[in-house]
Amino acid sequence: MALLKLDNTTIRFGGLVAVNGVNLEVEEGEILALIGPNGAGKSTIFNLITGIYPPTDGAISFKGKSIAGRPPHVIASGGIGRTFQNIRLFGEQTVLDNVLIGAHTRGNWNLTGALLQFLPSVRKEEGRLLELAIHCLSKVDLAHKAYELASNLPYGEQRRLEIARALAIEPALILLDEPAAGMNPQEKQTLLKMVRNIRDDGVTVFLVEHDMKFVMGLSDRIAVLDYGSKIADGRPEEVRANPAVIEAYLGKGAAH
Amino acid sequence: MFQNMLNSIDPYSMQILVNIGIGIILALGLNIITGLTGQLSLGHAAFMSVGAFAGALLTIKTGVPFYINILLSGLITAVVAAAIGWPILRLTGDYLAICTLGFAEIVKVVFLNLEITNKALGLTVPTPDTSLPMPLIVLIVVCLTIIASAFIQNSRFGRALKAIRDDEIAAESMGINIARYKVQSFAVSAFMAGTGGCLYAHFLGYINPSDFGFLKSIDMLSMVVLGGLGSIPGTIFGASILSAAPEFLRFMSQYRMLVYGALLVFMMVFRPNGLMGGIDFTSFVLRKLGVKPRGVSRSKEVQ
Repeated sequence: MALLKLDNTTIRFGGLVAVNGVNLEVEEGEILALIGPNGAGKSTIFNLITGIYPPTDGAISFKGKSIAGRPPHVIASGGIGRTFQNIRLFGEQTVLDNVLIGAHTRGNWNLTGALLQFLPSVRKEEGRLLELAIHCLSKVDLAHKAYELASNLPYGEQRRLEIARALAIEPALILLDEPAAGMNPQEKQTLLKMVRNIRDDGVTVFLVEHDMKFVMGLSDRIAVLDYGSKIADGRPEEVRANPAVIEAYLGKGAAH
Repeated sequence: MFQNMLNSIDPYSMQILVNIGIGIILALGLNIITGLTGQLSLGHAAFMSVGAFAGALLTIKTGVPFYINILLSGLITAVVAAAIGWPILRLTGDYLAICTLGFAEIVKVVFLNLEITNKALGLTVPTPDTSLPMPLIVLIVVCLTIIASAFIQNSRFGRALKAIRDDEIAAESMGINIARYKVQSFAVSAFMAGTGGCLYAHFLGYINPSDFGFLKSIDMLSMVVLGGLGSIPGTIFGASILSAAPEFLRFMSQYRMLVYGALLVFMMVFRPNGLMGGIDFTSFVLRKLGVKPRGVSRSKEVQ
């Protein structure tokens, strides 16, 4: 059974059909990339999965349970972590605090815990969250910057911090929205290894990315989206040879 | 001993000190919802008045011990805030501010017309019968409020509030239930405003619904903004200055509001984040003392 399943998922914004009847399955333990020209609806699919938008039509299920129309915080606690295309860090807070916020669902103590934080059980939970946060930071090689302000990090490290924050949910599935955007070739190479490590730790990876070299080198499977519809789905070399994909990227006639 | 110390302060200074104390409690309360959670409330005087009238009526009608009265007034105010917060905290920014403003006016008009609050004449509140002198009780509540604020800021709960303030979409995607946390922080904020109102009523001995109007709300907001939104030392500082300012500027009689206004304008120009905004005092002091921030040793181990 697929970990995540989109079944005929559709969303319309007024007259615009942004995502049109997409069927997609993400298998447990794979790295799946979603590619497509600008405006194809890639980020919208992520927003549908994470509950930012409810789908107009169709179903979305995660671990066999329907999540379409559930609020984002419920979906996140269910085990889906994500990053954002336009970085959404808590900039005025430290790197560590950002990841601790990501670890929110891993704790239970609320207001009472805040007021009674001298109790051993509350301190124990704080310690556990702190350890988890540092662990996630070390996954993306940022543990040494734990006490810097997130907004002071260079761009590439901010993208990695977003990944660490999403990992702190301890998700079964992580959605990476253009993780390599704005990175130089070296940074991309490091990121590639990090994403592989994340998968090897048992987290299924679903990413949107424009950099073809990065996508081809990383993914087990690639799905292609154009004008809101899925036009191809398969292993990297299959997708690369697919005439429909070449047409979508380069225009008609290029495939011949 | 305390009695002697308190007696050595003249009544006029004592009145100013108690006013500062109550100002600190109210401002720290407002700081939770506006500074930490980032939701602008322009009606916090209404919560102060709910606490004041609840406290006064509890003393007059039931005569519960004063210490329990303070807690009960806070709780009643928190319940009112939760009930009103549930629908209106779905709004953000200007719309929320307008709503809280409207709510404050409604509360004022209701108290002006209720038989039990003595309509426009206001209530005379008997001096509570307590073993501790009133100023000392205010001081204790101030300390408890500071401790509670610091605890909240530095906890899983507080982190969720700050996440909501900085980016709601990112916060939701981290599994934070935004609606619930907003209502909870609104209730905590109102609890503090309620206890402040209760102390105010019993210290002054007379309350009138008109005392808790729009200007009072703006006063409270100015304290938080002057000191620095989200900063506890800043809020205490801002509340102290602005609670005492009207007294120190009294010699200028009708011009003092003018000076007060100019002060705020200058502050906005030269320190838009507030006098103490953006300064992390705890880590500043710790660094001066040569103590490493919490968790560093652990991060070294991981590496």
